[in-house]
Amino acid sequence: MKPAPLSYARASDVGHALALWREAGPDARILAGGQSLLAGLNLRLAEVDGLIDISRIASLRTIDLVGDTLRIGALTRHADLERSDLVALHAPALAQAAPLIAHPAIRTRGTIGGSLAYADPAAELPACMLALDAVIVAQGDGGERRIAARDFFTGVFETGLEPFELLIAVEIPVLRPGRAQAVRELARRSGDYAMAGLVAAADVTPAGLRDVRLAYFGVGGSPVLARAAMAALDAGRPVAEAEAALDDDLDPSDDLQASAAMKRHLAKVLLRRVLADLTGTEQGRPA
Amino acid sequence: MTGSFSSHVEITLRVNGEPVTARVEARRHLIDFLRLDLGLTGSHAGCEHGVCGACTLRVDGEIVRGCLTLAAQLDGSEVWTIEGLSDSGAIRDLQDAFVARNALQCGFCTPGMLAACAELLDHNADPSRDDIREHISGNYCRCTGYEAIVDAVAAVAAARRGLARAAE
Ligand SMILES: Cc1cc2nc3c(=O)[nH]c(=O)nc-3n(C[C@H](O)[C@H](O)[C@H](O)COP(=O)(O)OP(=O)(O)OC[C@H]3O[C@@H](n4cnc5c(N)ncnc54)[C@H](O)[C@@H]3O)c2cc1C
Ligand code: FES
Ligand code: FES
Repeated sequence: MKPAPLSYARASDVGHALALWREAGPDARILAGGQSLLAGLNLRLAEVDGLIDISRIASLRTIDLVGDTLRIGALTRHADLERSDLVALHAPALAQAAPLIAHPAIRTRGTIGGSLAYADPAAELPACMLALDAVIVAQGDGGERRIAARDFFTGVFETGLEPFELLIAVEIPVLRPGRAQAVRELARRSGDYAMAGLVAAADVTPAGLRDVRLAYFGVGGSPVLARAAMAALDAGRPVAEAEAALDDDLDPSDDLQASAAMKRHLAKVLLRRVLADLTGTEQGRPA
Repeated sequence: MTGSFSSHVEITLRVNGEPVTARVEARRHLIDFLRLDLGLTGSHAGCEHGVCGACTLRVDGEIVRGCLTLAAQLDGSEVWTIEGLSDSGAIRDLQDAFVARNALQCGFCTPGMLAACAELLDHNADPSRDDIREHISGNYCRCTGYEAIVDAVAAVAAARRGLARAAE
């Protein structure tokens, strides 16, 4: 199908985008990569009158190392994350996650800001933000506001963005020495949204993994930190105990991709595989 | 809505190397613009929500979904459709390999498939069969079962490597 008639304006910078949004009212929509929004408009799932096209704002398509932080502009495309040396070095989880998102011809236009603002429960990048303790930077008329990732994803397609607030960047603490990151997902077909996925980070020490972060996606309304499993691993408990703890941490529902029982099972499979990735061992038991 | 917003947008872009200026409806996606306004019917509209890949074409040097791109967004852009890629001869070898190996039957997926395969070969001179399958994961073919498509791409990659070596 085609979108219903709509009106359009192209923003030249962030200030212009915010002014256009005020002019059009709260029901107007920001158009970034369009890879979720235009699909919805074509299907007439969403009807919007005003579209504010921010896709040409070059100052939002940036990847910069600022001190101990990697700052990634909202219009950085999934394909940019795949190709960036800075991302590969300082936030390898994002470099691993990007090729898992959709297909090549979608990654050339889809943006990190769009993915985070859309907040699909099965999306890779929101879980990356949670696992890496990222800060989301929003800008409204009153200036910039910084929101911790754990406070940002509030529900299915729900975020902490206020009306008339643009997501302009994310800030990610750079990978510190001795720390590793890994991303895995299980999807029915390459490029589909995952049945279940896991972004993990940990200090790899001779005594085992420490300061473990496990952020699951596709198993809840928003990405979830598996706190009990994280605590079990931090305490040096066997992997089987961490797996058992996932039963309390996760509360998936059936969806089009998989049943809740299947998702619970896959979450455990993913844990073993991701621990093996982090430690470079076969079984996923910390060395 | 009025003021800064409009339901029609003036754009100037290049399509297959030719300058084009048009006033398009803001809601017009790139495939309808090409097919209905410019008469370039090589790019196909299938699902129109990003899933099937029939609309895949090249914008500013990269493959995109034509159904998920508004014409209004493309002021100043460079668009290449299957018509232009064919005329330029840039993918002649790939097209010949598709024909030789029966990598198309009805042909509905073929323009998008060729655009995706051409991009893979531009970036990876020696793709494995898994690389090829991964790269065309977003391009559905209802007819061929993919095997012949993978064969064709692998053959072209090998032939191009041979040519590159011969030129050294
Ligand atoms: C076939 C298909 C498969 C896909 N598979 C996956 C997948 O496996 N994993 C995955 O994560 N995604 C997937 N996607 C979605 C894709 O990653 C999108 O790129 C992403 O969800 C949205 O990014 P966008 O830049 O295209 O945003 P848009 O579609 O432009 O916008 C999405 C929403 O966010 C709002 N928005 C966008 N940018 C901002 C901003 N800076 N500030 C405030 N609001 C903003 C928009 O108003 C809109 O409501 C898939 C899409 C398709 C079509
Ligand atoms: S028509 Fe664009 S992906 Fe199907
Ligand atoms: S040849 Fe018929 S869909 Fe591919």
